[in-house]
This record gives sequence, C-alpha cells and structure tokens, in this order.
Amino acid sequence: MRFRGKIVDVACLNHFTRVVTTISKLTKTCVLRLNPDKLFFVLSGKVANGGVGMWCELSQANFFDEYQMEGCNPENNEICLEVVPENLSRALKTVQNAKSVKVKLTKKHCPCVTVSAELPTLSSISRVVTHDVPVDVIPTRLWHELKEPSVPDFDVSIYLPPLKTIKNVVDRMKNLSNFLVIEANMNGKMNLKIETDLVSVTTHFRDLGNPPLGDGASQGGRDPDSMAEVRVDVRKLQQFLVGQQVNPSKSMCNIVHQSVVHLILLHEDVSLQYFIPSVA
Amino acid sequence: MPLSTQSQDDDEQNVLVASLDNARNLSNILKAITFKDHAIFTATSNGLQVTVEYCKTLQATAFIQAGIFQEFTMKEDLVAFQINLTVLLDCLNIFGGMPVAGTSTALQMCYKGYGYPLTLYLEEGGVVTVCKIKTQEPEELIDFDFCSTNVINQVILQSESLKEAFSELDMTSEVLTITMSPSRPYFRLSTFGNSGNAHYDYSKDSDMMEMFRCTKMQTNRYKVSLLKPSTKALALSCKVSVRTDNRGFLSLQYLIRNDDGQHCYVDFYCCPDEEGEED
Repeated sequence: MRFRGKIVDVACLNHFTRVVTTISKLTKTCVLRLNPDKLFFVLSGKVANGGVGMWCELSQANFFDEYQMEGCNPENNEICLEVVPENLSRALKTVQNAKSVKVKLTKKHCPCVTVSAELPTLSSISRVVTHDVPVDVIPTRLWHELKEPSVPDFDVSIYLPPLKTIKNVVDRMKNLSNFLVIEANMNGKMNLKIETDLVSVTTHFRDLGNPPLGDGASQGGRDPDSMAEVRVDVRKLQQFLVGQQVNPSKSMCNIVHQSVVHLILLHEDVSLQYFIPSVA
Repeated sequence: MPLSTQSQDDDEQNVLVASLDNARNLSNILKAITFKDHAIFTATSNGLQVTVEYCKTLQATAFIQAGIFQEFTMKEDLVAFQINLTVLLDCLNIFGGMPVAGTSTALQMCYKGYGYPLTLYLEEGGVVTVCKIKTQEPEELIDFDFCSTNVINQVILQSESLKEAFSELDMTSEVLTITMSPSRPYFRLSTFGNSGNAHYDYSKDSDMMEMFRCTKMQTNRYKVSLLKPSTKALALSCKVSVRTDNRGFLSLQYLIRNDDGQHCYVDFYCCPDEEGEED
C-alpha cells in the first residue's frame, strides 16, 4: 500500500486546505478514501453520528501535480484511512507558503499521512517542515460501508437560498428550539420552521428554482405546490452551515418526506453531499 | 421599504400595528433593557413603552415614540401585554445581528388583543420571516412615584464620562454610593470592594457636565448588582441624566440616538439600599 502526492500550485494548495478545513468543521473523524482518480472524505450515516452522513469527492488531478498510489492489491486498488481531518487541516495550514508540498502515506510508530514542505526563509537555506498525522488503515472487509450513498428516491428537489442567509436564520432558531422543520415544494418554495410553546417562527424563501427532474425522481403526478418536509435536529443543520467557507457554484437539496434531507454543494472541483435524518 | 401585504387581511382585527423600515430602531433599544426574560409592553397613541422589573427594586423602561415608527396605528387607547424579551430579540434579529451595509430588515408588528400572540413580519432581501410570540397577562408595574417636584439633585452628563466608571465598577463592592452636592465633590461615585475604595469624581465645571442642579448634599447607597444592568443602556447612550429625590430614589435617564439619528429614552429607577439614609 503506497501513496505519494505533490502539490505545487499555491491556489491548489489553498483550495485543498480549505476543503480539508471544511470537512474538519463537519465531523471529528472520517474516512479518507484514495483511488487513482479521486479522493473522498466519507462519513457513513451510522447511529453513532446521529445518522448524519457525508460524502465529499475531489478529482485528484485538480489539486495534485504528481499523484501515485497503489492499493492493497490489484483488485482493490484503493486505500481507506480513518483520519481526524482537523489534524490534517492544521498541518496543511502551516505550509501555505511552500513552493511545493508532499503528502504521503508513511509508517512511523503507526501509519501516518505525512505532510512535508520546504518553506522559504530570509536566508538562502530553506526550512523543512514535516507533519506526521496519525491515521488508521481500514481493512478491506469494512469497505462496503464506504460506498457512495445512492441518491434517495426524493419527493422534492430544490435549489438552496444563499447559505449565509440560511445560516443567520438557523443560528437564531437554535436559540428558540432544538428541532427545525425544512419543507419545500417543486414550485421553488422553501420554508424553515420552528414551533415551541412560546413561539413559532417560519422563514419563507421563494423563487428558488428546482433542478430539472432526472432519474431517481419519484415525482410522477406530484402536485407541485405540495410540500415535502423533514424535521431535523437544529444543531446538525447548524454544523453543516458552520463549515462552509466558500460559496458553492451550485447548492441544492433533496427531501424525502419525513425521512431525510440530502444537501448537495457543488464547487468547480469538489462536491459535498450531506445527509441529515429526520427525528420523530 | 413596504412589506408585502400578507397582514392586510387581518387589519380589521389588529388593535395594534406598528411598522419600521429598520428593525434595529427597535431591537437596539430593547438591548438596553434585556436583563430579565420578561417585559411588559404598553402601547398608547404616544408610542411604545417596554418595561422590565427586577426584585421590585429596579425598573427599566424603554420609550419609542410613535413618530419613530413608519406606521403606528391603534384601535384601542391602551394595549398592554407581557412577553418574553429574549425570544423577541432573537426574532427581531432573525436575519443576523450584524447589519450588512446598505440593507436593513423591515418590521411589522401586529397584535389582535388579549390572548393573541404578538405577530412579527420581518423582511430582508425578499425573504420573509413570520414570528408568533405568546403573550401573557401583564403584571402590574410598580409605581416608583418619582416626580420632578421631589427631585433634590440632578446632573446631566455626557455618557462618555460615565462609561469608564461603570465598566470598571468594582463588583466585589456590594454597594455603589452616589454623592451629589452643590459643593465639592459635586458628583461622586464610590465603591468599597476587596481591592479598596474607589471614587470617581465629576466636577460641575467639567466639559462633560451639561447641567448641574444640586441643591443639597446627598449620599445614597445602591446595590451594585442592581446598577450593573444599566451599563448596557449607558453604552448605547450619548447623554445621561442622574436625579435623586427626597427618598433617595435614583432616576437614570439615558438618551439614545438610533440608526436614523432619532431620539429614544431609557429610564432606570432604583430604590436605595436599605441602610442608605439621606445625610
């Protein structure tokens, strides 16, 4: 099992660091999956995480100048590592000024992802910085848990309003209630609602637009005004929003009525999917 | 910026409708008195009064005159209810506490009368939030019976000068004494804490002193814990009037300028500490 990658473009390095930092805000630990074309940050929706799932996909060619990997064996040409993204984020942040950064899988006292770079100094002699980020190798028998989640048979698919606006509203709603209802219809309307004994608050978004119906849509004959809703733990939605550092080029969500909300953020070279299950 | 007409079909039933182009003209003033969860709202044709009381010894009222609102319509002479102030502030700030340059949140408040919730419509950038907040029977407000004929001493100061003193109030001191006198020390705030005694003196000739009308030497004691909540109002204000009456009751009146330069007032009344007697 080997992995060796090199990033030389400063914009690519910044972007990669921002992605890892976003992931670190979404979850404490996750799985880093590497195959010859892509990197994935995966959190499978288990009860332990409160049922929240995450799938973040990057094309390695958009970030790495050099990228070589060899999986466990030719049939399973992949590497799966359990990692604490915050440690990786911190390591990357210290090498932002480097001319090039090497990332590789190493074995020190335990398996590590080692980030190393030469940093410029005032003198002609560079300073070498090395970070060993401990990781756990995930055995192949557990890889079936790390597959890309299938797009659920959703009832409504809708483009999201600006994340900043949603975040401001959700931050306040969190002060008022533990649970929040997200509802939307195929006529571009979305509402965020909370209701307690003391107060009810509904924020109405209009004219959001709905992505074109593709496969997996179960909308045949669905009344476009009819709302699909999911009641979620407000902190889980807030956690998703807190992490977002860059405005995505496209953001949307799919709602399976009273089951799960599937949030999708697309940037040029990164896609992020986040699943929040409904609570009773 | 006119709101959409969602509320218009209820117009017949509303006993109070108040609108603001900028919700901060209400939320910022209310911040000055948010030291308790509950507040009593009283509306008359003059405007809105929001009062918070603490332990029957402190009362703070924010006044927002009818003229500050873009619309202020009442179908009854007096409308009063009790409401949770922290919930109200969260609703008024639903689009975020930090204003983005060039945008503001428009607000319309509607109330149908006894037993109905207070309904807020807030709009920013085409997004509308509707809040319905439960109201309760208003508790009776204490009448501190503070009238100008009984005022012994009064000073009006620029808030700048008091801000430092109040922000450094020695919290290990149980009381703050206020001495007002026609002769030295004129106006003095004192604390007696673990690190010693501290005195803040303000001369009647100081630039910061806008008015000085002291007739008799008076030293009154007030619990520091009661006065600390007034620090928020002081921070927002540009001027403060300090008056004491013949019973040693303290009246602090703060002049606050809102985003549009209009004036609002916040009054604090405070009972003297039990042992405090007129000198």
